[in-house]
Amino acid sequence: MSRRAEVALWAAQRLTAALLAAFVLVHLATIVYAVRAGLSAAAILARVHSSLAWPAFYALFALAAAIHGAIGLRTVAAEWLSWRGRGADAAAVGVAIALAVAGLRAVVAVAA
Amino acid sequence: MDSAQAGSGELAVDVWRGGDDGRYQRFAVPRRASQTVLDVVTHIQRFLDPTLSYRFACRVGMCGSCAMTVNGKPRWTCRTHVDKVARDGRLTLGPLANMPVVRDLVADMGGFFDKWALARGQFAPTATRADPFAVVDPASAARREADAAIECIGCGVCYAACDVVAWNPAYLGPAALNRAWTLVNDVRDGARGKRLAAVAGDAGCHACHTLMSCTELCPKALSPTRSIAGLKRESLRALLSGKDAAP
Amino acid sequence: MLRPARNHPAWWAFLVHRASGVALALFLPAHFWALGTALEGEARLDAFLRWADRPVVVAAEWALVTLLAAHLAGGLRLLALEFLPWREWQKALAAVAAAFAVLAGLVFAMVR
Repeated sequence: MSRRAEVALWAAQRLTAALLAAFVLVHLATIVYAVRAGLSAAAILARVHSSLAWPAFYALFALAAAIHGAIGLRTVAAEWLSWRGRGADAAAVGVAIALAVAGLRAVVAVAA
Repeated sequence: MDSAQAGSGELAVDVWRGGDDGRYQRFAVPRRASQTVLDVVTHIQRFLDPTLSYRFACRVGMCGSCAMTVNGKPRWTCRTHVDKVARDGRLTLGPLANMPVVRDLVADMGGFFDKWALARGQFAPTATRADPFAVVDPASAARREADAAIECIGCGVCYAACDVVAWNPAYLGPAALNRAWTLVNDVRDGARGKRLAAVAGDAGCHACHTLMSCTELCPKALSPTRSIAGLKRESLRALLSGKDAAP
Repeated sequence: MLRPARNHPAWWAFLVHRASGVALALFLPAHFWALGTALEGEARLDAFLRWADRPVVVAAEWALVTLLAAHLAGGLRLLALEFLPWREWQKALAAVAAAFAVLAGLVFAMVR
């Protein structure tokens, strides 16, 4: 991987970190609210279905988490498992895709 | 640590002997008041085992040559009082970590200095003796950043303490990056672009995880973490502006 | 405990940040999968929500929220150290981050 690409990965990690910080706070507040209000599955699904904002928010959330997690795991693999190079980079991309797919599937599950 | 014991009794000193796969050898060294770890090593070499290899030079805390691992931490042995570190009268001494062992307490610092060069830690002149003196305002932000990091004497303690150096063989390390930062802030220097490119990436400043062992242990109270954070910012700026960016 | 050269606050902050990051990366797929059960209909989601009310699951949720808060606080500390001009008080951020994580855990335990 070129140095420029490595710097870009580092920057993407920081950018998604900042986004996730905001998203996580919104998410936690939402969950706590839903639990306190004793919302049933039906109620939750109804609220999500009636807005475009919720699915959009969670789709972005899932993508940011997938990117952030994959880059982080790549670093841990390089430093603690000595796994570097093309194979490790491909695995990191694989993790990002897998997490993104799982996350978007969950968004579709709840929103559609 | 027990002041009643200072100046009396004996120390049990385990000293690394041999190369990378050597072993610890124990010596009994008489304890003296105001004794430093360098005094202990010197005593062993002079009176107990003349084959012991170790480095020192100024013995007054200026040159950094006597850096070794003392009870697990890299320190200058001439500036480490035995009373401060010898718990229960025991000391464990080894060569600096993260470097190949030459013999006994001597580490091979070649790789350390190679990385200094890889980080472009050398000044690149832009003027000649025919040009007027450069005017550098000592109160300017750039000069203050450079001055905060300039006192490094290349002793290797930070490099030995850094876990990222241990985990990432290509990592340039705190000292080399710290020096690069002083040059990035030197208005007379002509290699800014190449230097920012050299310190970028997985082997450069971006591998620093802010563990701060370097800052904790630097005998000159420098903060390589601070310098590396500065390099991260400048590197990002270069990437975003397209100027001076890594290839 | 930690080797001598590692026994200081910034190192502990790193360890907590890395451990919580890896734990979250492992938890996330499970989380997405659970949400994906909603694909099979509202009844499945309802059953899941009821299962999630069991004490052991609530305890696990609390652990996850605390890990998340720890990772978030540690991450914000890193963003401050890397992007803001260096100030000596930034070293105290490790303590602030730890306090935030503990607080978040307590709040979640109370409202859940």
